[in-house]
Amino acid sequence: MINRGYYGEFGGAFIPEILFSTIEELVEAFQDARNDPTFWKEYTDIMSTFSCRPTPLTFAENLTKHFGGARIYIKREDLNHTGAHKVNNVMGQGLLVKRMGKSRVIAETGAGQHGVATATMAAKFGFRCTIYMGEVDVARQRPNVFWMERLGAEVIPVRDGTRILKDAINEAFRDWVTNMDDTHYVLGTACGPHPFPEMVSYFQSIIGKEAREQIFEREGKLPARVYACVGGGSNALGIFSGFFDDPVQLIGVEAGGKGLDTSRHAARLALNDSSIGVAHGYRTYFLQDEDGQMKETHSVAAGLDYVGVSPILASLRQKGRVRFEAITDKEVLEAFSLTVKMEGLVPALESAHAFAQAFKELPDISGDDMILINLSGRGDKDIFIVADAFADPKWQGFIQKKAEDYSA
Amino acid sequence: MLESYLRDKLQKKDILIMTHIVLGYPSLEDSFKIIETMVKAGVDLIEMQVPFSEPIADGPVILRANQQALKGGATVQGCFDLAEKVTRAFDIPFLIMSYFNIPYKYGTTRFVSNMATRNLRGAIIPDLPPEEGQEYLKVMQTLHLAPILIFSPTTPIERMKYLATFARGFIYCIARKGVTGETTTFSEELGSYLSQCRKATSLPLALGFGIKEKADIDFLKGKAEIAVIGTQTIRIMEKKGIASVENFIRSLL
Repeated sequence: MINRGYYGEFGGAFIPEILFSTIEELVEAFQDARNDPTFWKEYTDIMSTFSCRPTPLTFAENLTKHFGGARIYIKREDLNHTGAHKVNNVMGQGLLVKRMGKSRVIAETGAGQHGVATATMAAKFGFRCTIYMGEVDVARQRPNVFWMERLGAEVIPVRDGTRILKDAINEAFRDWVTNMDDTHYVLGTACGPHPFPEMVSYFQSIIGKEAREQIFEREGKLPARVYACVGGGSNALGIFSGFFDDPVQLIGVEAGGKGLDTSRHAARLALNDSSIGVAHGYRTYFLQDEDGQMKETHSVAAGLDYVGVSPILASLRQKGRVRFEAITDKEVLEAFSLTVKMEGLVPALESAHAFAQAFKELPDISGDDMILINLSGRGDKDIFIVADAFADPKWQGFIQKKAEDYSA
Repeated sequence: MLESYLRDKLQKKDILIMTHIVLGYPSLEDSFKIIETMVKAGVDLIEMQVPFSEPIADGPVILRANQQALKGGATVQGCFDLAEKVTRAFDIPFLIMSYFNIPYKYGTTRFVSNMATRNLRGAIIPDLPPEEGQEYLKVMQTLHLAPILIFSPTTPIERMKYLATFARGFIYCIARKGVTGETTTFSEELGSYLSQCRKATSLPLALGFGIKEKADIDFLKGKAEIAVIGTQTIRIMEKKGIASVENFIRSLL
């Protein structure tokens, strides 16, 4: 491998020897595709006919009036098929799988969004599909498991380790080292060994390309600040990449969970609780103990609940190009409610982190400016999670009644 | 030098046995007892795995052993202390096996120096290709420790030759695709893979992944110099207790 995918001191390809040829094949397939002038067109064609690209840019008129300052624009990744930006990456990798002539895809999933997107892609392209999902996540995200199975995917609950996203990643790697001949691992975010961070960001860059054009067309200038939530980092890199060369502040918002003074959060770049390590095939900041054992993380938003973070974002922080902040579970619910009631938009709790940080900063931003928030996914399909987060008594009554019906 | 020790031993034996153990599973005290039992039974060298929370190349048995060891409070320092004890007590070579984050977080140079002062003879780090391991390889060389590199059935011959330039002691050949602890077919295909490995290096070859019984080891005689027993001893210990590990190993010889 000539380019091992380093971003400053972050990234690399820390892979077992048995995957060397597989990764090399993937690097080549990705490079060929990127150099093929028809490939990006094939990609945007399928995204415009199968998903909903270009996704619109919405002016949040009521929120703007409410805060009385900078104009607020929202990039609507929630309007993608399967309800989030995840499909941008998944369809792109699906096209690569076709080019490589493989017939099976595997993926890890935390909350289940990436699993559903991958199962959807597999159904569309006719690939066999296996999704690894921590047992804890299977228990709390049954609706997504239901859809993956309807879509024809096999969902394997991971019973080892902490039984969450990171353990699902390990298990997907174990499958891959066994079945690489016919199988591609559709990693869901801009993490993992080279070329995944670069490749996932490349497909997600469609968000930033569109957003920059749309906002410029509408306002004749660029936003002062762009906000995106950060789990692995793929939606953030997607929208940020449209503005790297512009005088635009980029703000990545992590999960502050139960509070930054507790250990129950997933803030890797906003705080100093993390340190540089090597796991899941790459070097970045991990929430780990002194011995290098990975810690448990927490967020109300399962999609942000991960111990590592994209090596590209780690490098952008080091360069000072992206600023990182963290928002607690409690702040997220307030921002979520405000957005739903004032704009009729239902952000995923992940995306609501970006809204919460933007709302916090609005008083400091000039009224002549505007800001852009990435609405990376929709929240209405996470009804079990959102209803729980609000402890909605009518919902609980409904579920109890349902349970009685089933046991009758 | 590890290689010359192995060559000497091979004067007297057709094939050597390397066993594997997860330090701290079920406890550090038990680890010492297991090692003692293995040495008594006649193993030629032992790889001691420092547990890690994300062991991606290991199958369910070793994976759970890693988790249990961590749950039981195994630390890197505790593993080093035990390593010092066993290298003093027993006169065979001991190697460290771990994933790269363990030495990396400890400080790669400091980790390797600690290995040297405790008379450990080498290390196996399955997620560290030489392209990423320049600091590690350099300090291993300076301190005369053997970095054990890995060949796999998917490794092209040119790549094997490249890996061999960094390897010392022996080459760890994994028998098949997949993770530790699954079934391996001891077939002609495995034989031709090993002869491919032979073409790439003059170092002794160890074969691991899926060795369970004497027949497997007999098959390997003349094709490899070392048979690696990993998962199977953990299974035996879990089922029948530490003492039965001795009989199991004797049954292989």
